[in-house]
Amino acid sequence: MKIAEIAGITNGRVICGDELLDHEITHAFSSDLLSDVLTVNRVGILLITGVANLQTIRTAEMAEVMCILLVRNKRASQEMIGLAKNLGLVILESPGSMFAASGKLYQGGIRPLY
Amino acid sequence: MKFEYLIEGGDFIRAGHASSDIKKILNQLNLDPAIVRRIAVSMYEAEVNVVAHAFRGVMKVNINPERILVLVEDEGPGIPDIAQAMQEGYSTASDKVREMGFGAGMGLSNMKKNTDILDIHSAINRGTVVKMTTFTKSGAS
Repeated sequence: MKIAEIAGITNGRVICGDELLDHEITHAFSSDLLSDVLTVNRVGILLITGVANLQTIRTAEMAEVMCILLVRNKRASQEMIGLAKNLGLVILESPGSMFAASGKLYQGGIRPLY
Repeated sequence: MKFEYLIEGGDFIRAGHASSDIKKILNQLNLDPAIVRRIAVSMYEAEVNVVAHAFRGVMKVNINPERILVLVEDEGPGIPDIAQAMQEGYSTASDKVREMGFGAGMGLSNMKKNTDILDIHSAINRGTVVKMTTFTKSGAS
């Protein structure tokens, strides 16, 4: 699924990474525990999370996450956006819950990691 | 090549800075991306551990063609029982650390999973030394 479609399905606003909206993503991981995100074994995934701080971006950098979907109306700070731009990461913000976003994306064909 | 970074306890703004820097350097050296990712994850876990638990620390990275050595030495409370701390789910992290998304008790086991050799030594009320060795070619020893 293209990142643009991920944003559309989840009523997500594109915060940064507009140039990557045509990029395809096949798998997602939903978690509010960054420690768990660091255990995933696939790169280029979508991370669905309600944790919005600089370490969310650092975790995405180390785990090589492609796109971060912030749920529950959490907002990315300017520092987060600046770092994400430097790293070539996409940030989306969705007003819905993690469950709603995960369910809609699963239905749309995004697969779980396990 | 040798690099050294200071890590301040409690500084969740800069946490990850050292790991990010080394990850970029390793990528520039055209190392296998899978190995770079393993090193980045284990280094970052170690860096966050210093920020979350210690007063301050230093991360020393030594890169040679055969292996990457990461040494993290901190001044802090130390780990009373390393075997217990290695168990997934065991954590002594504060509420503040948990609010940041860490403290799930996955850090040390994830470091072990992502390094070829992990050595941890700790002294109560003095600090902890973590040594992580990763070989650049799988199967090397």
